[in-house]
Amino acid sequence: MAAENSRRIIKDNIIEVKHLKKYFQTSKGLLHAVDDVNFAIEQGTTLGVVGESGCGKSTLGRVLIHLEESTEGEIWFDGEDVTDLRGRKLKKFHEKAQIIFQDPYSSLNPRMTVEDTIAEPFRHSHRFRRAEIMEQTKKLMDLVGIAQRLRMSYPHELDGGRRQRVVIARALALEPKFIVCDEPVSSLDVSIQAQVLNLLQDLQDERKFTYMFITHDLSVVRHISDNICVMYLGQLVETCAAGELFEHPLHPYTQALLSTIPSTDIHKKQEETILEGELTFPINPQPGCRFRSRCRYACEACGKPQQLREISPGHFLSCCQVNDRENGVVRQQ
Amino acid sequence: MDSNEKKFLSVHNLTIDYVTYEETVHAVRDVSFDLEKGKTLALVGETGAGKTTIARAILRVLPEPPAKVISGQVYLNDKELFGISEKEMCKVRGNDITMIFQDPMTALNPVMRVGDQIAEVLLLHGKTTKEEARAHAMEMLEQVGISGDRYDDYPNQFSGGMKQRVVIAIALACNPDLLLADEPTTALDVTIQAQVLRLIRNLVKNRNASMLLITHDLGVVAQTCDDVAIIYAGQIVEKGSKEDIFDRHCHPYTIGLLGAIPRIDTRVHRLATIKGLPPDPTLLPKGCGFCPRCPYAEKICEEKAPELMEVEPGHFCRWQRKIAGE
Repeated sequence: MAAENSRRIIKDNIIEVKHLKKYFQTSKGLLHAVDDVNFAIEQGTTLGVVGESGCGKSTLGRVLIHLEESTEGEIWFDGEDVTDLRGRKLKKFHEKAQIIFQDPYSSLNPRMTVEDTIAEPFRHSHRFRRAEIMEQTKKLMDLVGIAQRLRMSYPHELDGGRRQRVVIARALALEPKFIVCDEPVSSLDVSIQAQVLNLLQDLQDERKFTYMFITHDLSVVRHISDNICVMYLGQLVETCAAGELFEHPLHPYTQALLSTIPSTDIHKKQEETILEGELTFPINPQPGCRFRSRCRYACEACGKPQQLREISPGHFLSCCQVNDRENGVVRQQ
Repeated sequence: MDSNEKKFLSVHNLTIDYVTYEETVHAVRDVSFDLEKGKTLALVGETGAGKTTIARAILRVLPEPPAKVISGQVYLNDKELFGISEKEMCKVRGNDITMIFQDPMTALNPVMRVGDQIAEVLLLHGKTTKEEARAHAMEMLEQVGISGDRYDDYPNQFSGGMKQRVVIAIALACNPDLLLADEPTTALDVTIQAQVLRLIRNLVKNRNASMLLITHDLGVVAQTCDDVAIIYAGQIVEKGSKEDIFDRHCHPYTIGLLGAIPRIDTRVHRLATIKGLPPDPTLLPKGCGFCPRCPYAEKICEEKAPELMEVEPGHFCRWQRKIAGE
């Protein structure tokens, strides 16, 4: 199997996205769900994507692994242009790029046993004999921590944490290189959530998987990510290393988002920047910053189209006023 | 525990089972707690711990059968709620005690104008005329940050956060003394969660109402509550003031729970986990319910269920070692 290939340690980008757009035609107009998004993910690292519901983060994940066709732009996977894959090539691509869905209750077939579910990718690839499939399935169950006695159980007999493990095992079956995790822990209890997060991290340490981790939970994203993208109404507003984002958030939206996380530190009086208003839909959006209607620093210049630019090494931002707000003071790294 | 003067809400030895032909689920086991006027108590626990069952029992809206209250009393201002007739209880519901449900998408009637849903509560309790109720409902909408002209809109015209505000407006319309908030922000985004929590906090404070907040989010607890009770497998395993629980927690489950949350201020490589799963509520262990998952479990834990002990004034913990004086 493709074990040798995934062992490369060279620093290269496994996923590169250039000017990716995904528009949906709705009765009210063109919905810009993903609008001109650029980023790259290095092999073996995790990119966190955060944003409120409806900001297009799930659509981005789905477009990346071809569950939806992109409207415009390029997707490069492992040095290959995979934007317009079809047929057999697409099937090959799906062996290397997988997705873990949010809700383990609806992403498993209720009429398939645990074993059948995990074995399905092997059967589908037509590359394995029956005995091999059995053996691989067993190995995967051990890997993600599902007891062998649950082999013949149906999804309704399992709790959420175990179901999510089955979903993870199924995604890992053909040894993908890249996994999109779309809110994999948000339907789980904290103690189970910690177990699943640890599992994902252990698997990454062991097999050098690359994750794109989509979530609305900011503390989870800080925990698991190397880099973080903050998304607002289909656009990236800030991208940088995880630690940097939490210590020096620069975009007003990021700042507001971070200040609203309820801290478990009871002695720290929280200074909340509560955002008024709610997320709208980017239907036929006007040019310019999409956050400006909720932004407390909004000014005239925000009406001009915004670009993601590099503020300091590795820290990208799309806000026209950041220099003024920081009063020209250069931040110390 | 027999002096319940001064206590506004007092729950004594509440035990609830869900009885079906096949099995009996022990959902709530011997739960007692008090809540003072103007304070907020958080019930924290995982799915299936029995939090919602407790809240529903207080409001007497449990589906009976299968639910069965085995024992216990609930006192609200010295009135025993399990003893009064259904007719009297109807007066208490929506007037003295109200509830905010978890999912605003299903809590509202989709074919009724939102304003009418607020006015309905006022009319049911016979407090006002139709015109007054309409005016009051508009005022309530304004209070929760929705323009009064949206009285005649239907729930589908509102976003999730706004629906939850309408649910809050309904809950607070009659000036209740006690608000039962069952995961009021779980279905909402963080930015909207912050708005809704601030709203609930202010409304409760301004009216000097008490709140029982049911949640699994310890961050929300830390920012909102005065007292905390941690529930595991239907039992309170630890309760005390916010400081007791966050700074001086002693039960292994509380320790595990706090360790399992990813922190935003520091980064650890691995999260502390509580191994295993919550016990099957139909087959509870004979001894301590947490024993199979507890890193400190000893022989005695398997055999004898520990009692809730006062480890310091007002701080209770159900742990064998504490009892042994360690």
